[in-house]
Amino acid sequence: MTAHAEKAAAFVANDARMHWHDTAVWHIRTKRDKASSAVPEWEELRTQAAALKAHTISRLAEYLEAFERNAVRLGAVVHWASTPAEHNAAVLSILEKRGVKRLVKSKSMLTEECHLNDFLEKHGVEVIDTDLGERIVQLAKEPPSHIVMPAIHKKREEIGELFHEHLKTEAGASDPKYLTEAARGHLREKFLAAEAGLTGVNFAVAETGGFVVCTNEGNADLGVSLPPIHIACMGVEKLVARAADLAVFLRLLARSGTGQPVTTYTSHFHGPRPGGELHLVIVDNGRSALLASETHRRALSCIRCGACMNTCPVYRRSGGFSYDATVPGPIGSVLAPSREPERYAGLPFASSLCGSCDDVCPVKIDLHQQLLAWRHELSARRLTPAPKRLAARLGSFVLRRPWLYNLLGFFGRAALRWTPRGLLARLAGPWGRQRELPPGPRRSFRAELRRRRAGA
Amino acid sequence: MPAREDILSALRVAAPKPVPRPAPLTGTLVFADPVAQFSQMLGEVGGACVRVPSEDGLRAAVAGLAVIGSAKKVASLVPEAHPGNVHLAAIDDPHALASVDVAVVRGEFGVAENGAVWVPGAALGPRRALLFVCQHLVLVVDPGLVVNTLHEAYARLRFDGPGFGCFVSGPSKTADIEQALVIGAHGARSATVFLVG
Amino acid sequence: MTEVGLFIPCYVDQCYPQVGLATVRLLEKLGCKVDFPEAQTCCGQPMANAGVGDAARPLAERFVDIFERYPYVVCPSGSCTSMVRHHYADLLPENARLPAVAAKTYELCEFIVDVLKISRVAGAYPHRVGLHQSCHALRELRLGSGTERRIPGFNKVRGLLGGLDGITLVDLDRPDECCGFGGVFSVEEEAVSCAMGKDRLADHLRAGAEVVTGVDVSCLMHLDGLARREKRPLVIQHVAEILAGAAP
Repeated sequence: MTAHAEKAAAFVANDARMHWHDTAVWHIRTKRDKASSAVPEWEELRTQAAALKAHTISRLAEYLEAFERNAVRLGAVVHWASTPAEHNAAVLSILEKRGVKRLVKSKSMLTEECHLNDFLEKHGVEVIDTDLGERIVQLAKEPPSHIVMPAIHKKREEIGELFHEHLKTEAGASDPKYLTEAARGHLREKFLAAEAGLTGVNFAVAETGGFVVCTNEGNADLGVSLPPIHIACMGVEKLVARAADLAVFLRLLARSGTGQPVTTYTSHFHGPRPGGELHLVIVDNGRSALLASETHRRALSCIRCGACMNTCPVYRRSGGFSYDATVPGPIGSVLAPSREPERYAGLPFASSLCGSCDDVCPVKIDLHQQLLAWRHELSARRLTPAPKRLAARLGSFVLRRPWLYNLLGFFGRAALRWTPRGLLARLAGPWGRQRELPPGPRRSFRAELRRRRAGA
Repeated sequence: MPAREDILSALRVAAPKPVPRPAPLTGTLVFADPVAQFSQMLGEVGGACVRVPSEDGLRAAVAGLAVIGSAKKVASLVPEAHPGNVHLAAIDDPHALASVDVAVVRGEFGVAENGAVWVPGAALGPRRALLFVCQHLVLVVDPGLVVNTLHEAYARLRFDGPGFGCFVSGPSKTADIEQALVIGAHGARSATVFLVG
Repeated sequence: MTEVGLFIPCYVDQCYPQVGLATVRLLEKLGCKVDFPEAQTCCGQPMANAGVGDAARPLAERFVDIFERYPYVVCPSGSCTSMVRHHYADLLPENARLPAVAAKTYELCEFIVDVLKISRVAGAYPHRVGLHQSCHALRELRLGSGTERRIPGFNKVRGLLGGLDGITLVDLDRPDECCGFGGVFSVEEEAVSCAMGKDRLADHLRAGAEVVTGVDVSCLMHLDGLARREKRPLVIQHVAEILAGAAP
């Protein structure tokens, strides 16, 4: 069993909770459907977004240089990092030079990828995740289970307990409004006491040297408008070519991810605040390797909306943690094997290849095709279980010989027909656990047809 | 810096054949009544839209807001809407804005498709924290400047020099606890847009 | 008379002959001359699905050899048809004969609607029917618009079923969620696979379906397996059988 299959089985075993998770996440898919219906040109927007990304990615080095040039002209300091270690060191160095001990941070999957929080904490920096969902999982000492809704796996009572322990809310209180108000007060203190703020980057604009950060809570903005230092971390693929391109992506992003027309705040940063500092950390960490792959380069178009997770019937029923990767779900299963093929060889198989993700992806990444392509690549590299590859070869051997296929079919059908149901279910392994086996008719279709046509 | 060279050269080597820019979209969404759509969308995202036919009625309308009535500190950058009682010019440190109850700020234009208002950094004065740290937000916008979509919005915007700008669509919110929508997360608890004119 | 080479999925050949027979009956009723080349066995999808392209490739080559002489190739399976039309090109990129063969390979319903240009098949089926939308048929062959895309709605399978006298097509809560079969997924991720299938059945039952149908026996085999184990009051029948006039 793959690691995902094992964890998924455990998740499914708690039937009520699994269905609760499935219903909650499906609900966001339905909100996405409603929001996208309000835009008559929705499919054209998707096509345009895909084309803009393909264009930008095909000239990524050039656009990055332009972005850097413009960002520096506006007064930002630009740092480059090939690896998570370099990224973390760059961030720490900025903080240490200014004696920063208290950092507030808004959502950034890149910093999760680099395990920044742990690193900074080991070096004596207090890191507070300020997005409510992120703060919840931070207090729970868990990673986020969804890239947009980090605490979607947690029930309100569990959050209530967590807040009772850490924020001194009333024992047993679980009303979301009450808990959010408590978090507001708690995090406000943190914003006011912070010495630096760190954000992710939703989109970086090559033409202008600026970048955009989208939130509903206002936490990114509070984090960087109070303390004088703003550190913004981005993967190289976050680039768009022109400011006008933002319209296309912003019209798609929130509608796809949460079903809102737009996030509450869409902040555009061009250079530091007067009297402040702005640092940009640009990270590769395997993205150039993805670019080199003709099949997988399209995955670089991802704008991290989360729509694929919301629609994925497997994600909804197995939960984000079952993927054991920074980014879970369909896009996560395409990205993770690129970085660590041995560890994540099971993820492309954690999918029924239904293709729903492709059709909700705002940038039209052919996700299910990429998952299938990964299966082939991993198999060719012998990273899938040997028995599986052997079974496929044996199957092929048989199926190339109609006489052998018919012979085995005859015996197989007889076995299905004559073996007692209970025994059959046990022999059939995973199939038979919850399902009856297919019938074993006396004659195959081809025999029946031959008979009928001879008779006629 | 070795990382910079490594990354850029890796990207150059890995690059596919250049893919041309697509032609711009034509025929994007246009509303029969953009102002009505703006008002409706703002309501849907938890904000409120108030139409005031002329500047004469603006002061009274703003003064009549419940959040203004109960406010101790009003920071106003739109004197014709509210005189304010916080002397913003004297405030150096954005942390001092933390006690502001209501911020009254000018928005440059509205976007009908999503109820958003573009607030340029220039409208905020030197302490942009005001927009986020206040408890309640009041925005003043000219209804003649409500565009249909973000495409039209970006057609108007210029990003030539350093600066800040933000599309604000309603009050801050979160649904991070069991998907239950809670208005008023870390930013403003309410957002009221006055369309004047 | 339209000459058709019939392509029957291996598991239909072995376990569900009635679906193949119904397909023949239906195509002949609609004016086709149906030939079943006996050299065929399997399209190779299970091997490709497992990632072993080498094992699937020879089966793809056989398919081209066997079927290239027919003006049309028709198959009562969305996933096998899609294997040929969409995935064979990756397995046989240099095969010059493949594109023509792939282009003339059709799933049964799309063949009836798009090639025979028949939008209504005469017949009666006075039952409450839930249509299960198989993923390959829906999202690769585009037999319907699906719930994800914002395009004018259409559904070739639903259209044909809707033309039968007395039929009621029930409204599902999630009209096109995957059943969870997914090939090797059905055994490698058995827990999620069965959870998905059970949820589909629950949806159909809630909507009042007596019969669950679809264009892919792979999906139906999985749903039927679950339904019979749980003793659900549902009959599971392939679209070919319903259109050919079979009772539930």
